[in-house]
Amino acid sequence: MSTVTTQVEVPAGVKLPIYMDNHATSPLDPRVLEAMMPYLTGKFGNAASRNHSFGWEAEQAVEAARAQIAKLIGATSKEIIFTSGATESDNLAIKGIAEMYRERGNHIITQVTEHKAVLDTCKRLEKHGYRVTYLPVKADGLIDLEDLKRAIDDKTILVTIMAANNEIGVLQPIREIGKICHEKGVIFHTDAVQIVGKVPFNVIEDNVDVASLTAHKIYGPKGVGALYVRRRNPRVQIAAQIDGGGHERGMRSGTLNVPGIVGMGKACEIAMQEMDTEAAYLRGLRDRLRNKFESELDYIHVNGSWEHRLPGNLNMSFVYVEGESLLMGINDVAVSSGSACTSATLEPSYVLKALGLGDDVAHSSIRFGLGRFNTQAEVDYVAAKVIDIVKHLRELSPLYEMVKEGIDLTKIEWQAH
Amino acid sequence: MAYSDKVVDHYNNPRNVGTLDKSLQEVGTGLVGAPECGDVMRLQIKVNPETQVIEEAKFKTFGCGSAIASSSLATEWIQGRTVEDALAIKNTDIVKELSLPPVKIHCSVLAEDAIRAAIGDWKKKNGVAETAPAATAEAK
Repeated sequence: MSTVTTQVEVPAGVKLPIYMDNHATSPLDPRVLEAMMPYLTGKFGNAASRNHSFGWEAEQAVEAARAQIAKLIGATSKEIIFTSGATESDNLAIKGIAEMYRERGNHIITQVTEHKAVLDTCKRLEKHGYRVTYLPVKADGLIDLEDLKRAIDDKTILVTIMAANNEIGVLQPIREIGKICHEKGVIFHTDAVQIVGKVPFNVIEDNVDVASLTAHKIYGPKGVGALYVRRRNPRVQIAAQIDGGGHERGMRSGTLNVPGIVGMGKACEIAMQEMDTEAAYLRGLRDRLRNKFESELDYIHVNGSWEHRLPGNLNMSFVYVEGESLLMGINDVAVSSGSACTSATLEPSYVLKALGLGDDVAHSSIRFGLGRFNTQAEVDYVAAKVIDIVKHLRELSPLYEMVKEGIDLTKIEWQAH
Repeated sequence: MAYSDKVVDHYNNPRNVGTLDKSLQEVGTGLVGAPECGDVMRLQIKVNPETQVIEEAKFKTFGCGSAIASSSLATEWIQGRTVEDALAIKNTDIVKELSLPPVKIHCSVLAEDAIRAAIGDWKKKNGVAETAPAATAEAK
């Protein structure tokens, strides 16, 4: 038996390790850093200081960034509240709305493949007398709008459904969801972290009332995010979850992270200018990666809808190969796996399980998250490397051998342990 | 996850990968684990009927690097031993040799189970009385 480590040639211009996990976080764009630098060095003022130039210049920079962010999503500046990131934005939106509208009702609707920042927030509210409906998803990862309509009752105050999924990249039908919510007089919050800057997202056209955003998924800095809160048709009110100096119109106290905010603004401006060409570029890379896998390997499949999907996402199961062992073989490539062995809980991905995939298929999944700085040469290298390792690991896999012999694995009495 | 050098070595150069003809009288086959748990090991032995020495051991494993290393190491250790000697191998020996972290101990348990299952199958085929507990995966 030949060894598993192989000599796939590294193409010229490719530097190892390769980062292909852009749904987790993305590298800082040098143009963003350049915009931030003055506020990390000389311009250190507190944007809330009203009586000297240090404060004024900081406030000016914050307001310019607020306008850049608002423009990208079709909002107005006054509708943008800065936070520390998407987890805080999700918490503020859901808890803030639940508290503010408690007298109107106590029912919240979400769905099973949300980020934990949404799911765990909803779980906490359940302990405080709120009722939460977790809608299932279809095999393609999308919710059924009929399920949503049926779930809404006279106590429903909030629907929170993500725009794009962080694992499988599928795009939920937010425009239709928002329309249903507006017809029923229910507030619609969306975790828009993965969609913003990747494909068009417009709070007016998409009928969104509240949206969570973050900078570090769009080549901005970590530790800064925002919450869009609609001011008209309908005007949404949110109870503050952090008390203090009354910053951000009382909705989120705390001294503003000026350099971070400037970076987020710049990242949004770049995204606005480059989104269309970048989306086409990423789609090209992603399709190339998929095509290479499919031309060389059997028993692989894409998880989640191919049609309704972020351009940079490829989530694939390489059946009969366990995800962690695959990652071990491609340790010069940064990607993620839905395998239990790679998670702290030793449970395979709840997102993949929600699609109805067996645990065995979930264990075999790899998420490739392509981004702005990935190149075709990198894609070619990653494809060659993965194909090589999958083939070797399948030589080692009793399951692959059995399937090739025509044995039905579902008919075997396994000793679950 | 950081792997020990020995795990990496077994992953990169797995010993005794392959398949023995399970219809042969002198071959015992153990298949343990489950695909939904993320690891399945198949360990096979070819036993000399005169001496009861394991002359050949082969494995195939679906699982993480530690599972592959545990089963690879198991084949290495049992080759040349008598079946009774092979049964003396404990999962804790494998943990120690490969420096497995606590979350990977189940990989070593599975390897021990695989040895027992293969020997159990061989004994059943050859009418040798069981001297060890039944070769089933224990709850853990």
